[in-house]
Amino acid sequence: MNEGMLGKQYGDGEIICRQGEVGQCMYVVLDGCAQAVSEREGREVVLGRVEAGEVFGEMAIFDKRPRSATVRACGAARVLTLDKRLFLKRVHEDPSFAFGILQKMSERIRHLDAELSRLKQGSGG
Amino acid sequence: MFLEDGARVGIIGGGPAGSMTAFFLLTFAQRADLKLAVDVYEPRDFLEPGPAGCNMCGGIVSEPLVQTLAVEGIRLPPSVVQRGIDSYVLHRGSETVNIATPLSEKRIAALHRGGGPRGFREMQYGGLDGYLLGLARDRGARVIAAKVRQSGRGEDGRPWLGTGKERQTYDLVVGASGVNPGDWSLYENLGFRCRSPRTARTYITEIRLGAEQIGSHFGNAVHIFFDNMPGLDMAAIIPKGEFVTICLLGEGINQELIQAFCDNPAVRACFPPTWDGQAGSCRCFPKINIRPADFPCLGRAVLVGDCGATRLYKDGIGAAYRTAKAAATTAVFSGVSHAAFARHYRPVYRSIIRDNRYGWAIFMIVDLIKKLEPLARGALSMTAKEQSQPESARRMSVVMWDMFTGSAPYRDVFFKTLDPRFWARFMWETARNLRARRPRPPEEA
Repeated sequence: MNEGMLGKQYGDGEIICRQGEVGQCMYVVLDGCAQAVSEREGREVVLGRVEAGEVFGEMAIFDKRPRSATVRACGAARVLTLDKRLFLKRVHEDPSFAFGILQKMSERIRHLDAELSRLKQGSGG
Repeated sequence: MFLEDGARVGIIGGGPAGSMTAFFLLTFAQRADLKLAVDVYEPRDFLEPGPAGCNMCGGIVSEPLVQTLAVEGIRLPPSVVQRGIDSYVLHRGSETVNIATPLSEKRIAALHRGGGPRGFREMQYGGLDGYLLGLARDRGARVIAAKVRQSGRGEDGRPWLGTGKERQTYDLVVGASGVNPGDWSLYENLGFRCRSPRTARTYITEIRLGAEQIGSHFGNAVHIFFDNMPGLDMAAIIPKGEFVTICLLGEGINQELIQAFCDNPAVRACFPPTWDGQAGSCRCFPKINIRPADFPCLGRAVLVGDCGATRLYKDGIGAAYRTAKAAATTAVFSGVSHAAFARHYRPVYRSIIRDNRYGWAIFMIVDLIKKLEPLARGALSMTAKEQSQPESARRMSVVMWDMFTGSAPYRDVFFKTLDPRFWARFMWETARNLRARRPRPPEEA
């Protein structure tokens, strides 16, 4: 056990946040990785991986809606919880604080655009 | 007066304030497609254990700052963090009260500020200071291993810095040398005609006990001593990897007070019986800023971190982050004129000063509570009872936590204490303690 580890340790498959929950915080993966899955009609769809250094759970803070996906640890992962109120306060004091998150969201939208375009081409639409 | 492509920035000091200024300047410049050349002057080698590579500080990164840095992309690695802290323990006499972090998660970092104490061996980054300086270097900053010895302004008003051998002219100079080296004349030569920060002496010693002993005696908790000792405003023992740090703050720190603290039975009870009450292999009396410099900015020159303003007694690294980022934001996006700094940087600087006024008031109240035994016992017993209650009902615990950890602005802490429910419960607990301790008449005994 390294005394210098921050955050909380999650075992393989352990749920960090659950789809449908009200989000009062977001997270950053300090070490390891996590997997986001969406549950619909009893089936799970893997949405993607969250690697070390990436933030997740921010959508619930911005749009105040329940969490859109369940996130669980992929192997051992160490995750730091980020308080909603602290984040919003910092963003109001210094809007550039949200730049990294906006960058990541922009990257995800590009990825979704590419995916949508691929699906539309595939269906002949 | 804007920074153009190829503009040069000189930063005096490579501690957290200087490194973070360089980091943010280069990050923002990259976002704005601006090419900057940033020189950081830091004579110390943070990989060197002992005084030569140390930035002399208790070494706590607060809960909000750990989170803030993580969002900024600065994740403190386990080799820099010596121990993750998940609770604080308050001591007064034989009584102890444990206040755990609300999420039972390690979100406070105890670390060394540089190469660690004498005899420290497991050094990878050079503590927090070496790690942050490395991040600035990775962003493109040039680290000059020399002390700035001369400074001034050229005929065109541009500032210059000299190391004795050479002189470099810059478009912006950032003062980030802290309060210890006594570099104020450098800033006077740049045009700062104001009072230098007022300082107080602190005492820090690092005692090697080994990770196992530290784990069993101190756990992952910072130990705060709530006893009334004149001249001592704050006393803490901070567990790290192989060492514990004793950190004493106040305006009356001297050898007699240090020995009285070490001989305090509550302090001795924390340590293994083999500890002889003596200082560790490394000890120092660094100064801390307790009153800011009046004017933090001029055209092409700005003061960040401790050599300008910092938070009173707590979260100095957090203040370094705030001032460094505000100075870098102003310089890249609003320019380096006096007017730009006065408009965009000074409000952040002044907010720290304003908040410290609440801090002084709070420390005066705490000092009074420590002196009056019934009030001190009331505060501790209220905190202890709240530990089994839901978060929303923990009024004293939240105040204690925010104050001792530096987790909230002093203003917020102050206003939390104005809640009538806080005082009603506090007075009730004080009265209960008074009754319980009053000697019973002989017929009742």
